[in-house]
Amino acid sequence: MSSYLELTARQRIPAMFDAGSFEEFLPPSKRIASPHLAQLDAPVSYDDGVVVGRGLLGGHIVFGAAQEGAFMGGAVGEVHGAKLVGMLRRAIDEGAHAVLLLLESGGVRLHEANAGLIAVSEVMRAMLDVRAAGIPVVAVVGGANGCFGGMGIAARCANTVIMSEEGRLAMSGPEVIETANGVEEFDSRDRALVWRTTGGKHRYLLGDCQLLVADDTAAFRAAALEAIAALGAGAVGLTLEGLLAEQAMLARRLHDAEGVSEPMEIWRRLGVPDPARVPMLEADAFLTLAAQHRAGLPSDAAHTGEQ
Amino acid sequence: MDWQTLATQLFPGGHAIVERDNFLSGSAQVDGATVDVIGTSGHVPIGIEIALAQATAILETVQAHPGRPILILVDTQGQRLRHRDEMLGINSYMAHLGKCVDLARRQGHTVIGLVYDQALSGGFITSGLIASACYALPQATIRVMGLPAMARITKVPEERLTELAQDNPVFAPGPENYLRMGGLHGIWERDLAQELVRALADCPHEDRRMALGQERGGRLLAQPVAAAVRTGSDVRPA
Repeated sequence: MSSYLELTARQRIPAMFDAGSFEEFLPPSKRIASPHLAQLDAPVSYDDGVVVGRGLLGGHIVFGAAQEGAFMGGAVGEVHGAKLVGMLRRAIDEGAHAVLLLLESGGVRLHEANAGLIAVSEVMRAMLDVRAAGIPVVAVVGGANGCFGGMGIAARCANTVIMSEEGRLAMSGPEVIETANGVEEFDSRDRALVWRTTGGKHRYLLGDCQLLVADDTAAFRAAALEAIAALGAGAVGLTLEGLLAEQAMLARRLHDAEGVSEPMEIWRRLGVPDPARVPMLEADAFLTLAAQHRAGLPSDAAHTGEQ
Repeated sequence: MDWQTLATQLFPGGHAIVERDNFLSGSAQVDGATVDVIGTSGHVPIGIEIALAQATAILETVQAHPGRPILILVDTQGQRLRHRDEMLGINSYMAHLGKCVDLARRQGHTVIGLVYDQALSGGFITSGLIASACYALPQATIRVMGLPAMARITKVPEERLTELAQDNPVFAPGPENYLRMGGLHGIWERDLAQELVRALADCPHEDRRMALGQERGGRLLAQPVAAAVRTGSDVRPA
């Protein structure tokens, strides 16, 4: 097993795509960096923290991106966002088989505040344009920095979210909530609580992630292939029926979690026996257990009757 | 501006908007036609319930009134910063709202956002910023976060950020900066009712905000970078 979490963005690309097939668009040799960081005396990167391009996955032409968590937490600035949008638009132009987004991001890059906020909304719209063109979008969340802020929203605009148990998917980070509302609200140093609240197993049980894998690059690649193959059969754009089903799921979740403040209690209400054991389970044992109890829908695509 | 004053100015033909726990919904008459209105008031933080309420209202319009324009009235201090919201997946509720807006657009509804008081970050990104066009009143506040919090997180001294915010659209709050960057299509200075009629008639379908930001000089690199990636060429700055 080789850990996906420990890889850089540039190592993840060849681990996920067919060997030697990936062509990067606007590579670092073009020396395009953020125009906003120098005035804050912050270092720049000639990829602005994201690799975008086109490769083969299982022999099919798949467009993709990988955010680099080590550069400003993978946060989205003007150039970073524009690279993602350009890649997504090109995926439509060239009729891609699918788009694979390896997400690791704190969301909007505060050093480029307003430009970053607009950029994230452009990424979301561009992702939905890709889906409307009949091209599946798959998001992978398994990096050490998790997927937060606006990118946490963007991840849920994909057809399928693949996570590892170590992956974290949310909106506001625990530190932000603790700063705003105190340690009693959310103790950001309580790692077990942070994990129970934002981690892959919780998201999988709730239905916000459709595939859960161990932290292993081969498992992530296999899941990406599986997700794309499953989506290839149906319509992948937004539909009224699909959104009504999602709305029902989200309304039911609110209703079922009335008065609950501890994730383990949610798992218990889903019927998971001995919820305290969940954090200790290996991925396979967890999936066997979760199969009988998880809420939620299949991948966000034309539903084929298994709702 | 409070929402009642706003509604009176926007809809001289009358409206039936109701407010419940800072959630606005209803319909209004614009130039002889009916427009559905959703939104928030009182700078309310967007939590999972109010995000879902807005999404539900949009899908109701899509089902009951195909093609009817939708106006989103924005006034929020941002996403609600609570453990419970995160535990239940507020990002999914926000994404759901954004997807409902997107579906409405694709099914032929004109969807316009109007920031009439405050807009902050997570509360704005799947409402006004995902509409086909977004406008603001001149006195509106739009930002990602306050400069003191930004200073803490970026480790850049607040004095430096304050100085930069004077003339740099990236840091300064305020609608003029979002206008220059293409994030807003316009600022409504005078007759709000007329501005709304015009905006509904002129609503773009494509996302042209990068090009607007370049034309207006507030966001110079986004459009050339996206174009270079898309066409496989070099970046050609404006």
